[in-house]
Amino acid sequence: MSSTEYITLYIGGQLFGAAVSRIHDVFAPESITPVPLATKEVAGLLNLRGRIVTAIDARSRLGLPKREDDASVMAIGIEKGTESFGLLIDEVGEVKTLDDGDREDVPSNLDPIWAQIASGVYRLDDGLLVVIDIDKILAFESENDADRGAKAA
Amino acid sequence: MDDLLSEFLTETSESLEVIDSELVRFEAEPNDQGILNNVFRLVHTIKGTCGFLGLPRLEAVAHAGETLLGKFRDGTIEVTPPLVTLVLESIDQIKALLAHLENHETEPEGDDAELISRLEKAADGELGAPEPVAEAPAPAPEPAAAEAKPAASDKKPRPANLADDVRWDEDLGRELRPGEVSLAELEAAFASVEVEDFSNPPDATEETAEAAAPEAAADDAEEPEAVTPAAVAAAIEKAVANEPEMASNTPRASQSIRVNVDVLEHLMNMVSELVLTRNQLLQMVRQMDDSEFKTPLQRLSNVTGELQDAVMKTRMQPIGNAWKKIPRIVRDAAQDLNKKIKLVMEGDQTELDRQVLELIRDPLTHMIRNSCDHGLELPSDRMAVGKPEEGTIILRAYHEGGHIHIELRDDGAGLKTARIRQKALDNGVITPEEATTMTEAQIHRLIFAPGFSTAEKVTNLSGRGVGMDVVRTNIELIGGAIDLVSREGEGTTFTIKIPLTLAIVSALIVGSQGQRFAVPQLSVVELVRTGSNSENKIESINGTQVLRLRDRLLPVLPLANALKLDDTNAENKNRFVIVMQVASQRFGLVVDEVFDTEEIVVKPINSVLRDITEYSGSTILGDGSVIMILDPNGISKLAAFDKSTTGTKPVVQETRKIVSRGDQKTSLLVFSAGSAEPKACPLSLVTRLEEIEVDRFEMTNKGPVVQYRGQLMPVIPMSGGLTANEEGRQPVLVVNNGDSVVGIGVDKVLDITEDVLKVAIGDSTPGVLGTAVIGGKATEVIDIGHFLGQADYDWAKAMSEGPKEPKSLLLFESHDFFRNMLAPLLEASGYRVTTVSSVEEALAANIEPSDFDVVLADIDNDAEARAFVDKLSTDAEWADVPRVAMSNREESLVTPDFAGCVRKSDRHGLLAVLDQTASLKGQAA
Repeated sequence: MSSTEYITLYIGGQLFGAAVSRIHDVFAPESITPVPLATKEVAGLLNLRGRIVTAIDARSRLGLPKREDDASVMAIGIEKGTESFGLLIDEVGEVKTLDDGDREDVPSNLDPIWAQIASGVYRLDDGLLVVIDIDKILAFESENDADRGAKAA
Repeated sequence: MDDLLSEFLTETSESLEVIDSELVRFEAEPNDQGILNNVFRLVHTIKGTCGFLGLPRLEAVAHAGETLLGKFRDGTIEVTPPLVTLVLESIDQIKALLAHLENHETEPEGDDAELISRLEKAADGELGAPEPVAEAPAPAPEPAAAEAKPAASDKKPRPANLADDVRWDEDLGRELRPGEVSLAELEAAFASVEVEDFSNPPDATEETAEAAAPEAAADDAEEPEAVTPAAVAAAIEKAVANEPEMASNTPRASQSIRVNVDVLEHLMNMVSELVLTRNQLLQMVRQMDDSEFKTPLQRLSNVTGELQDAVMKTRMQPIGNAWKKIPRIVRDAAQDLNKKIKLVMEGDQTELDRQVLELIRDPLTHMIRNSCDHGLELPSDRMAVGKPEEGTIILRAYHEGGHIHIELRDDGAGLKTARIRQKALDNGVITPEEATTMTEAQIHRLIFAPGFSTAEKVTNLSGRGVGMDVVRTNIELIGGAIDLVSREGEGTTFTIKIPLTLAIVSALIVGSQGQRFAVPQLSVVELVRTGSNSENKIESINGTQVLRLRDRLLPVLPLANALKLDDTNAENKNRFVIVMQVASQRFGLVVDEVFDTEEIVVKPINSVLRDITEYSGSTILGDGSVIMILDPNGISKLAAFDKSTTGTKPVVQETRKIVSRGDQKTSLLVFSAGSAEPKACPLSLVTRLEEIEVDRFEMTNKGPVVQYRGQLMPVIPMSGGLTANEEGRQPVLVVNNGDSVVGIGVDKVLDITEDVLKVAIGDSTPGVLGTAVIGGKATEVIDIGHFLGQADYDWAKAMSEGPKEPKSLLLFESHDFFRNMLAPLLEASGYRVTTVSSVEEALAANIEPSDFDVVLADIDNDAEARAFVDKLSTDAEWADVPRVAMSNREESLVTPDFAGCVRKSDRHGLLAVLDQTASLKGQAA
């Protein structure tokens, strides 16, 4: 049976998993430059070894409350096309190999935003792991556009 | 595509460019053997390579062209412009074939027999056979040539049965093709070329050698065609062997290799990163008092700097590369237009980034064509005004202050100010008021306005509607600027200023609310420090900030507001204003701090941030932090400083079906009354703006009045407008209503702006025409007439006393606003109103003259109105229908074509005249 390697991570106390194949880096973000006028999901820009990386705050993407100022923050580096993103999360766990067959569908009563970015759920001994769909968590332009459209009308 | 083929295409097109300009030079100096030899060699190379690659059609054309050139060189045919044109024609045909080859990788079907026969006739018609010099041996000093020799000596005897008139070539072992020169002749030709004659060999020399070398290597000497390139190689080797002498004659011949542009781009990026890392290191070490890293870091720094310069240089190319085609363009234009034009090019070695070079190529070509076509006069006209018959166009390039300046000057007729003004009026680019106040230079600059072309007729060369506005857009796109100076009768000078490179820009680092931003230095005009004791103070009018700068007011905008940051320093008077210039708009950006200038590498912005027009990119500073680069253009639009762009904002679709006249602009008064939401009305309806002390208002049983200029002026609160200010001053819009004056009380006058007035959402509220987007904000458009009706008893009476039987009225009004305003009013006065906004619409609507009792036309918009009036005057059916004109201009008030003419704002007069005129028809019928 085929299996996938996941990096486990915590966002707002919830355990998530992201496919290792999509993750380029795990790093502690330093000095994020905020971008005024950007949508709330964009935490800012940061310099990762000479590259400009757009930091996306997973908490605000998921509609969770803001991180406390002194709380620890980590980032996973993702390449999408020619652009670099850094997804800000609370904590990075470990690498887990999970069987694809064990993955269950996203529960139908899940919050729509969560349901949109989740591609499945694993029942682990120590809790539920939500599999993040990397492309979907970075795809919020359309909502943003809709937002602007609504304002314009 | 085949590597060999693509290489061939690149090289050949470069050679062709050289040929073009060389031939034009040659035409002017027919005795310069050096130029001719150069051209001849290039054509020959093309021909040879074609043969090798199996491109018979190209080869045949090149052969024929080469033959004619050969005769020129021998001196057996005199060089005349028609013959040069013929050669150029063959070059054009070669280009066309190459273009096809590039797209389809094969030659197109068909042949060029006609062209070839003309070329042959030109070569043969006036002279006999070329002098045979077949015994001249091919010099073969180099090994590559030696390789070729056996092939060349492997002669095939002429078959005995061949007719005498068929030219047989012993080297090739076949008949010569039409226009082909025998190899022996060719070699002789090369042998006879004196070394000194290479007085001006361009770079193409070694390229030619490069091209030929692999062919020579690949040559197995078995195919007859293959012999040609080998022999060429031999000849070329000779040329290359002569290079030292040539190099002494010309600085341009130098060693070069071909490098893919992508490689250079990558190199450039890497160096940029290196520079940034170096800056970062320097900053770190600077903070340490005594560091062992200092010396090696200094060395690293120097090397990095030199590396950066060197890599930048690889991207630099002489501007002459973009100019290569220009002599040909000017020559062709001169021939087509029967003008005599001298082209002077100065500073063609001035270097600039190849990316920039590519981007200015087309605008320059366009401008040159314009100068030939519109700038310079016909020789007879020039003679008449005492100028030399030959017009001169001077193209000059030079470096100055990190920019490259390009100057294009002609000694032609100059711009015709009056014609430009009229054209701009007709096209609605400017309003009549603007036309009278603009200076000559401002009017000249109108040629850069979109959709402006003064060419009376479309010529082959220019005047197709896309014009100088495209040129300006292209130049501004790369951060450049264009301007012009013109004197009627003396000529026009265009100056273009463009940055040397786009990769690294100099930026001013500023701070606002503790955040840093980069502002491109290019758009910064000056920095002003403001403060309570400084003479430059920021003051505000109605919340809008302005800066007093050298006795002028400059609109300013705090950066914090532009970026929606909390402006906690608003009270702090000690700030900086960055005076910026975007196109013709000047404005100030207020910031808290100014750091320094830094050379930054612009990085493209992430797609999730791309919608934000306030930024043009981001960059990493020397200290490693990321900052956003502000886009002055975006900020000026956001702040609505740039009035010309606000009109282009998308307007939500119209509810009323009205044929729109597009982006006609109206001066609008924006104010608030009753609520904070902005309201607007056309400025032309308001006579004055007054602020009247509240205690001057007196109450009558008809409402508040005020003594105003010796009259009693009734004041109507627009929506509770009078109670809003219990003390102090009350802003009042004074409206001249026929003989009497009426005041309309509002809360606050916000702005006077110019925008397209399109009522997007209709409204049934009395006194409100609807809602329109003005200055980017939804704004209620107020029907001033409604409030007049409230104040003025006579006006109300006039309305009720309108025609008893409904009369029908055709309203011709090209202006959206007045149409929207007048139609409901006229309907309220008992007319059935049909509106048309243009002559086309009137024709399309298929209206019958007999349907109407009266025609009401707004004649302020000259072109449309004139067309409409002409249409009515010429059509007999309309002769019976009385016409009334409306105008706001004094001089228009007497108009023979109309039964009457009234002011737009004079409703009394309008209704009275209409009523009277409409009944005229009834009497006549």
